[in-house]
Amino acid sequence: MAGKLKWVTDIEKSVLINNFEKRGWTQVTDNDDWNFYWMSVQTIRSCFSVETGFRLSDDQIVNHFPNHYELTRKDLMVKNIKRYRKELEKEGSPLAEKDENGKYLYLDFVPVTFMLPADYNLFVEEFRKNPSSTWIMKPCGKAQGKGIFLINKLSQIKKWSRDSKTSSFVSQSSKEAYVISLYIDNPLLIGGKKFDLRLYVLVTTYRPLKCYMYKLGFCRFCTVKYTPSTSELDNMFVHLTNVAIQKHGDDYNHVHGGKWTVSNLRLYLESTRGREVTDKLFDEIHWIVVQSLKAVAPVMNNDKHCFECYGYDIIIDDKLKPWLIEVNASPSLTSSTANDRILKYNLINDTLNIAVPNGEIPDGKWNKVPPKEALGSYEILFDEEAAQSDGSDRDMRNRGGQTAGPKGRTRESGRSAPTTWK
Amino acid sequence: MQGEEDELSVSIAQIVQRLKGSRLHCQLEREARGSLHRPDIKLETLKEDIKEFLKTSGWEKKLQNAVYRELSLLPGPFQSIAPAEHIKEPLTYMRKAQATWEKRVLKSLNSMCTELNIPLARKRPVDEQRELLSKWNEMGTDEPDLSLFRPVYAPKDFLEVLINLRNPNYDNGESLSFQTRLGLIQVPLKIKDVPELREFFQELNLTTGQLGVDDSTQVPTEMFENEHMRIGKKVLAEDDSAAAQQFVRQGCPTSLRADLWALILNISNQAEDILYYEQFKSNVIQHDLLSDKLIYKDVKLTASNDDYYFVFEDYLYQVLLCFSRDTSVLAHFAYNSASPPKSYIRGKLGLEEFAVVYPPNGVIPFHGFSMYVAPLCFLYNEPSKLYEVFREMYVRYFFRLHSISSHISGILSLCLLFETLLQTHLPQLFYHLREIGAQPLRISFKWMVRAFSGYLATDQLLLLWDRILGYDSLEILAVLAAAVFAFRAVNLMEVTSLAAAEAVLADISTLKVIPLLQIFLFAAIS
Repeated sequence: MAGKLKWVTDIEKSVLINNFEKRGWTQVTDNDDWNFYWMSVQTIRSCFSVETGFRLSDDQIVNHFPNHYELTRKDLMVKNIKRYRKELEKEGSPLAEKDENGKYLYLDFVPVTFMLPADYNLFVEEFRKNPSSTWIMKPCGKAQGKGIFLINKLSQIKKWSRDSKTSSFVSQSSKEAYVISLYIDNPLLIGGKKFDLRLYVLVTTYRPLKCYMYKLGFCRFCTVKYTPSTSELDNMFVHLTNVAIQKHGDDYNHVHGGKWTVSNLRLYLESTRGREVTDKLFDEIHWIVVQSLKAVAPVMNNDKHCFECYGYDIIIDDKLKPWLIEVNASPSLTSSTANDRILKYNLINDTLNIAVPNGEIPDGKWNKVPPKEALGSYEILFDEEAAQSDGSDRDMRNRGGQTAGPKGRTRESGRSAPTTWK
Repeated sequence: MQGEEDELSVSIAQIVQRLKGSRLHCQLEREARGSLHRPDIKLETLKEDIKEFLKTSGWEKKLQNAVYRELSLLPGPFQSIAPAEHIKEPLTYMRKAQATWEKRVLKSLNSMCTELNIPLARKRPVDEQRELLSKWNEMGTDEPDLSLFRPVYAPKDFLEVLINLRNPNYDNGESLSFQTRLGLIQVPLKIKDVPELREFFQELNLTTGQLGVDDSTQVPTEMFENEHMRIGKKVLAEDDSAAAQQFVRQGCPTSLRADLWALILNISNQAEDILYYEQFKSNVIQHDLLSDKLIYKDVKLTASNDDYYFVFEDYLYQVLLCFSRDTSVLAHFAYNSASPPKSYIRGKLGLEEFAVVYPPNGVIPFHGFSMYVAPLCFLYNEPSKLYEVFREMYVRYFFRLHSISSHISGILSLCLLFETLLQTHLPQLFYHLREIGAQPLRISFKWMVRAFSGYLATDQLLLLWDRILGYDSLEILAVLAAAVFAFRAVNLMEVTSLAAAEAVLADISTLKVIPLLQIFLFAAIS
């Protein structure tokens, strides 16, 4: 072992620093030689910008892929998924099969989305097909619920587009680009409340794809009763589940922070809806995570010195269909409650155990196959290499079942999506 | 022999009497009458044909389940011919103690009324009714000022009463006889010893498959889970309460639990039941009770802050407010040592003809009461069904956890069972804790009063309640409380104060209850 690993971070969060110190690593500044850098997304952008021409050396590792935004920017994610679907269709892949209404059977997991202002005409066409629908506007480059609003009339969007055109200076910048998505107005409610799922997914390499699902995800509940009524469109507490938003509500509870563990969700669904549909739901959630990663894999700069822990936001509708809403490159490491702190500390701990085996200085020969005992609360979600080395389709089906569902239960559950994971 | 037969015929007569007025009776009559038009009903064999028809059409099963329910509520053998007050509680001093406690609780409630200058009940003005109706599903967002309200009592107040209870006929003086009890509970009661517990809970032995143990281990036991699931589905298809009760002794598969519990409790949730529920709801809308504030306060203090149950806050208000209006709950006072508190119309204090039961269901909620409902929210998302299951659970089991009685599932017996088990199996630990002023019951009492709700993880709690239903007994609560102490014995031996002991046992949400119970009952004891 050649000395202690030297770390830097530009995110002053105790869950990070405690984890680094626990490993006996040495803190340095970003002017020194470093081995491990836990960066904010701003830093990674300047770090890998064309001007700097920066290259990571073999003893260095960072917590982002250089162009992670292909997945984590709302507009690019949708673009990549659309492209992925078209490619599969061209190949004649069974995954791209469509139903009689022209909807993808297995790849329809993102709400209908358009870029604004670029796709304005396409959006209007779609809106006119279903004029009573509600749409949600989100700025492409912002997180934590900032700048989001709902619309249900074309006049509202026209006003918005007029307003942004007059300040043409702003609208030119890509930062102010918006996506508009069909709003899931029939979300699954529990106790009458709306919620979304926050799941953590670790990717250590895109080609071949290796990803892990963190078992301790959680549901984030709105504090205010859900009502699909349009009169409440302005009340963001009803619609948005981001803790950053909900924290400002009067009813925010600082003991549990409106968070419910995924195991609670499972217990509730299995008790009230049955085992088969619950297994199917979780199976589908795993499916859409893997598909979203496969959609961006070809365009991702698969730098071997990178790993990334994503925060997946998923909404479940009242028919128990999961929808991928967005993916965050830097999931919040702020702890809202005591349990939250424990969860996030462990999340970082388990992430580091996989990304930096044994806490040793990386040497460029990282084979990215962690031993079982290093997984912690992660479970392997998809391992392309292992899947390819498995021979027949039948084997792959079993694999898919095993990696997708807990204890391989999903094998019996008759999943709807094709089980050939490739 | 003669006595037993008499007993049986009295029981039968009672059950027939009780079922006569029931909805089931009407339904059976209607079905029987309707069947007369059927071609397979012949006049010459009328009685047999109708019997056969009721059997094949499933009505016989419903009758059987209704009889089974009555049987489980019926007082023990030879008691059904006893005077009414003996059915409530055979021991005079217990009855007296309960009555004194009730007076105290009622006094506390009345003085709160006087202090705050608010009536026990009032009709809501129309505006207010409309407003409440509109936010029925989101009462949790309402934040009335409840700072002046306090729970009428908390479990620890009740514990003091139990500790001070003495049997006047059983005075062993000051002499330190062998019988002197080292625990807090000083009254002698009939409780089960270990061999009896092993016999009673025999399905919990180490060789019988259990959900909560055998589903979490590796491959071969998955067979148990699948087989158990298969049998569970069959039991449901048979629609047989007794079979369901036997089945759940080994634990319910999560996806079958809601139906199995409803079957055991004989709850069907038909249109009429939903209508009843709607009636209570409109009663809540029309009248404002002081006890509503207590419910509101309790939910805010407990479930709203709970990691598992906060999601269901609004359901809890709905269910508990309706419960307080449900006069059918009063029937359970026939076999509950408690009696419903009475209030008098203004100016008519003490005149029996002006007495009204308050609240209408006769149950004054205490601190933590809402936790009896909270876990059920994981099983039933239909408020009226959730309501029915809770009501039945209450009149069968939960009332015993806050009434002073000698019943074997009563809280007093549970306390004594807990202390005795601990004293017998872990004498050193018991002695140590007692010496440092950390009487174990002071820690475990709150667990038992709430049937562990809010202390265990929900999946574990449901596995525990499976066994309450399965064995039709609350004794499992005392056994688990003792088992928890046994499990943490090493750490507890090191503490030197009550606070430290409480800290060791502060978080029991990570425990797996079924292995704990099994080991405590069947393995650890030599």
